[in-house]
Amino acid sequence: MGKTALIVDDSSSMRQMVGFTLRGAGFTVIEGSNGQEALDKLTAGGGRVDIIITDLNMPVMDGLTFIKQVRTRTLMKFTPILMLTTESQESRKAEGKAAGATGWIVKPFHPEQLLKVIEKVLPA
Amino acid sequence: MNLDMTMFHQAFFEEAGDLLAELENQLLLLEEKPDDTELLNTIFRCAHSIKGGSATFGFTEIAHFTHSLETLLDRLRNGKMQVTHPLSQLLLESLDQLRSLLAAARGETADAPNSEPLIARMEAMLNGVAPVSVAAKAPLPDAAEQEECLRHCVFLIAPGRAVLQQGTDPVALLKHLAAQVSNFTLRCRLSHLPQIEEMNPEECYLYWEAEFDTRLPDTELLDIFEFIADESELAITTVAGIFNGMQETAVPAPEHEHAAETAPPSAPTENAASALAKPEAHTLRVSTEKVDRLINLVGELVINQSMLNEAAQNFHMGRLPQLMEAVAAMERASRELQERVMAIRMLPIKHAFGRFPRLVRDLANACGKKIELKTSGEETELDKTVIEAIADPLTHLVRNSIDHGLETPQERRLAGKPETGVVALHAFHEGGNIVVEISDDGKGLDRERILKKAIERGLIQENEVLPDETIYNFIFHPGFSTAPTITDLSGRGVGMDIVKQAVVGMGGSISLSTTPGEGSCFRIRLPLTMAILEGLSLLVGEEVYILSLTSIVESIRPRSGDLRLIAGTSEVVQVRGEVLPVQRLYQYFGVKPVITDATKGLLVIVEYDGCKVALMVDELIGQSQVVIKSLETNYRKVDGIAGATILGDGRVALIIDVPGLLRNMSRRSQLLSAA
Amino acid sequence: MTTNNETGALQMGTSADAFQFLTFSLGEEEYGIDILKVQEIKGYMPTTRIPNSPQEVCGVLNLRGAIVPIVDLRRKFHLEPAEYDQFTCIVVVVVQEKVMGIIVDSVSEVMNIAPSDIQPPPNFGYGTTTSALRGMARVNEKLIILLDIDTVLLGENSATAIAA
Repeated sequence: MGKTALIVDDSSSMRQMVGFTLRGAGFTVIEGSNGQEALDKLTAGGGRVDIIITDLNMPVMDGLTFIKQVRTRTLMKFTPILMLTTESQESRKAEGKAAGATGWIVKPFHPEQLLKVIEKVLPA
Repeated sequence: MNLDMTMFHQAFFEEAGDLLAELENQLLLLEEKPDDTELLNTIFRCAHSIKGGSATFGFTEIAHFTHSLETLLDRLRNGKMQVTHPLSQLLLESLDQLRSLLAAARGETADAPNSEPLIARMEAMLNGVAPVSVAAKAPLPDAAEQEECLRHCVFLIAPGRAVLQQGTDPVALLKHLAAQVSNFTLRCRLSHLPQIEEMNPEECYLYWEAEFDTRLPDTELLDIFEFIADESELAITTVAGIFNGMQETAVPAPEHEHAAETAPPSAPTENAASALAKPEAHTLRVSTEKVDRLINLVGELVINQSMLNEAAQNFHMGRLPQLMEAVAAMERASRELQERVMAIRMLPIKHAFGRFPRLVRDLANACGKKIELKTSGEETELDKTVIEAIADPLTHLVRNSIDHGLETPQERRLAGKPETGVVALHAFHEGGNIVVEISDDGKGLDRERILKKAIERGLIQENEVLPDETIYNFIFHPGFSTAPTITDLSGRGVGMDIVKQAVVGMGGSISLSTTPGEGSCFRIRLPLTMAILEGLSLLVGEEVYILSLTSIVESIRPRSGDLRLIAGTSEVVQVRGEVLPVQRLYQYFGVKPVITDATKGLLVIVEYDGCKVALMVDELIGQSQVVIKSLETNYRKVDGIAGATILGDGRVALIIDVPGLLRNMSRRSQLLSAA
Repeated sequence: MTTNNETGALQMGTSADAFQFLTFSLGEEEYGIDILKVQEIKGYMPTTRIPNSPQEVCGVLNLRGAIVPIVDLRRKFHLEPAEYDQFTCIVVVVVQEKVMGIIVDSVSEVMNIAPSDIQPPPNFGYGTTTSALRGMARVNEKLIILLDIDTVLLGENSATAIAA
């Protein structure tokens, strides 16, 4: 497929799992452990990726701020952004959406479910 | 795609371990600063991450428990509850519970303790403040209830104008829809298009009408547009229906997106079981920076290798300098590689210090003392194995300081000291070693009591005059405890001797200094690693042996007058008034001797556990770092030998086991004196 | 070792028609060991003596970073000692996950021996070391003594035994 995904989560095991899943689906994967690091990696990597999957609760820069920041960048204006939420964060969905997220997936999820959602938001 | 979640378990365990350590630190800080929102946020985030990970990787128990904890923490951080002492106690207990659950998940313990009592307490705490209405989610429409008939539908899809800016591509969603239904036709409607001058290229003005046959319930069709449902107009009209009474079973419906919210797929129990069965893999997390440096170095090594090849293949004497240079470069690179590889195993000592804030807090509570713990040099790096091995001795020393060193607040006030005592942990580098100091500002060691005890135990004579240092060091003797009462804290008088044994076992040493009324300080000196030893190679007959530098006091060439034979069998040497037994290594190791006259050879004086012995060798060769290899891997333990190493020329040299050798000598001399 | 002498030959293997043995000479005799136990063959090189060890263990060698004990089979079998020469070989074997070397006079060849050519070892009566023998084979008029190298090196009577 030759697409690039940016995974943002402060949990390295989560990044590992999501990363493994996406690599298996043919993505090139970039990882960031918080919003700021992800923004830096995005810049360093040429300013654009095909999809972003981000956690919300993170140190340094949280997911919402990160999404807002990403949307200010011309190259990333229409890029799908999926946020990882938990059922205890129902209200966050609306906030995420307002910030510019494309969709969400609820933790815990199975890798296959993640791929299904990605399929949905990312034109093949 | 069949993904085995167990492959991420190790990563999760390590991460959860780190998160718990962090959680503990933050919870302890919270006791001091109960109103710190930033702190509460961090605490919440830790619990949140553990919950997310455990749920994802199938540890439902942990997820379930952390969920309750998280709810409680969420209240706290939103200021809806106050941090009280019982509450912080409950949080710490929850932390312990999480540790046990994690240990059980790892398979370290068979069964995790029941979480329900703690969950009940957390809920009581929550209910005590305000009745919790656990955000009851509207029950999902049951797909099975819908008629499973084939319908012909028209689906109007008019996305909100802003969806493009959220990164949604409506066409992708339509394709997704098309893939799930049959006889799909799509019409694009343009009637919402504004005049071109009013058009914003970043907005979506198009809408669609899809017509198709499906057996899927409306909810499932709408779900495809879940992410844009709020701002979009979505309407399904069933144009016609065909009841499927006797038809063949429907195509299995695509997996429901909401499945994630109800229950993770069937894997978890299986995963948990295999996690129990599989012994924990020992892994090491290494920063990419360290790995990158290694890769560079290996690159250098490869270049050196080819230079060396080149120099050796077309060799003539004129090219000797080039060959020498290539060899030197190879040597530099491989030495650096060795250092870097060892550095991979290095971890900051804070991994060993981490447990102390909690320990000190609990002990202070238990014995009614006020204690402040100070740590410094936490970033000092040590080999992973050393860190693991030092944790218990350190704990013992800290307990000891708190139990025996520090006084009660009243005692301290009477002595004119601040009520709060200080226990300090300090780690730093010193000449190729790491030194860890454990000090307190308590009452110091009781010299008279130690002296009395030493006399009681027959270690010294009644009127012997000894330097203070010697007296204090008696506390390292086996079974030597001066505590007037046995307390829970420092156990049953097993103590300093065990600590010393552990430290010496790692190739380190321990010493102490103390001032009455001002406190004590224990100094542990550790090698950076247990896999490499600073060794002195020496010649015994024609064989090479290695002695650990840390065990060597000095080496001397004896004069004939210094040597004596006691009872015709035991040889001793007099060194500055001290009489030391002599062990001729060629005899001990059965080497064909070259030098038998001790005055022509050398005596290397080694010390272990306060005992000194002079080892007779032929010659000292030199000092070097050697990599310790086990003899037991392919052979077995050999008396007097601690291991082997490979010399520069590829030959094997044996490392002398000084403690073992001294034990054997004393056993032999006991046998002799008994005979 | 509880090998029954009667069935010793049958235990050599299961289905294959022939077994491969590495044969070597030691004094007047020709011996064979299961080729699957052999890791490599090296020319003789001096070893580092290990003190306080049985005399058949002549020392240890560095084999690519591993410390490997070397057993002199002549000494092990109480044969006259021989000078080490250019034919002397160290056969490196893996027995129960331990890597060890045995010194032999010379290595001969790798030989296919059919189970039917293998006779059970002779019964020497009580207390002999026959359990280290897997059998005898006659190939081209030569008698080859087939050794169970595990028992030779790690058996109860062995100096290199783990439990010692």
